[in-house]
Amino acid sequence: MNLYHYASPSTFYPWAGKLIPWFAALALILAAAGLYIGFFVAPTDFQQGEGYRIIFIHVPAAWMSMFIYVVMAFWSAIGLAFNTRQSFVMARALAPTGAMFTFVALWTGALWGKPMWGAWWVWDARLTSELILLFLYVGVMALQAAIDDPRRADRAGALLNLVGVINVPVIYFSVKWWNTLHQGASVSLTRAPSMAQTMLWGMLIMALAAWMYTIAVALARARTLTLERERQSEWVRARLEGQP
Amino acid sequence: MNWESWQTFWAMGGYGLYVWGSFGMTLLCVAAEIGLLRRHRLQVWRRLRRMKTWDAQ
Repeated sequence: MNLYHYASPSTFYPWAGKLIPWFAALALILAAAGLYIGFFVAPTDFQQGEGYRIIFIHVPAAWMSMFIYVVMAFWSAIGLAFNTRQSFVMARALAPTGAMFTFVALWTGALWGKPMWGAWWVWDARLTSELILLFLYVGVMALQAAIDDPRRADRAGALLNLVGVINVPVIYFSVKWWNTLHQGASVSLTRAPSMAQTMLWGMLIMALAAWMYTIAVALARARTLTLERERQSEWVRARLEGQP
Repeated sequence: MNWESWQTFWAMGGYGLYVWGSFGMTLLCVAAEIGLLRRHRLQVWRRLRRMKTWDAQ
């Protein structure tokens, strides 16, 4: 398989266009299944009552916020190392979705913190590092928007993206390294999850739905960016005859 | 089944504001992202088409 083949904008564009409906459909189906399990199958929590059901949004959103940042950094690194234009397009296409999930994680965290901890917000390590992640996303996007030359903007944004990736392990391990009001991980690779099976499944399916959604939305955004950047090329001109 | 009626479902055992505030905001964010994406795509498409017709003239 020749990877450079897929790195070419003229191959990427139609190929992404075909994939988007599939990922969107998967996201819808998984979200419906996850919400059904979350609201109708998963039992009431013995400590938090029905309030815990925020978990089905909060944890997938928080996972995605970190994961998307790492994927973005991966594309930024590839772009800087091999000077592949489409890698920067992918990195750029992921940023708004990552910022959205970070905001959702913080928002749902606040709405969960208020009834359980009695506070919308505390400056504990987990919450603060997640807030810094939001600023990093916004920073990368603002930096790229502020530079007119798209190639310089790509590089500057990629660099900030890579420097900021140090924040991700800090978020992840913050509940271990410091005493935080935020609880530790309920799900880890090294031991059995400390929650009911159905709750766990609901959460994992919602996380999978968030994944599929992210892929669909990022590909759609990357397509539009590709169109803009390749506007001088023959294939874009030919495409413009058709429907958007 | 967890719920005896729709009323108890919406009440979420007294946590309705927090649970629905979370799910509602998420829905809003997702809908806004898709809407903005679609609008941006149409804007780009129209602009590129205009540029193309200018080039042809």
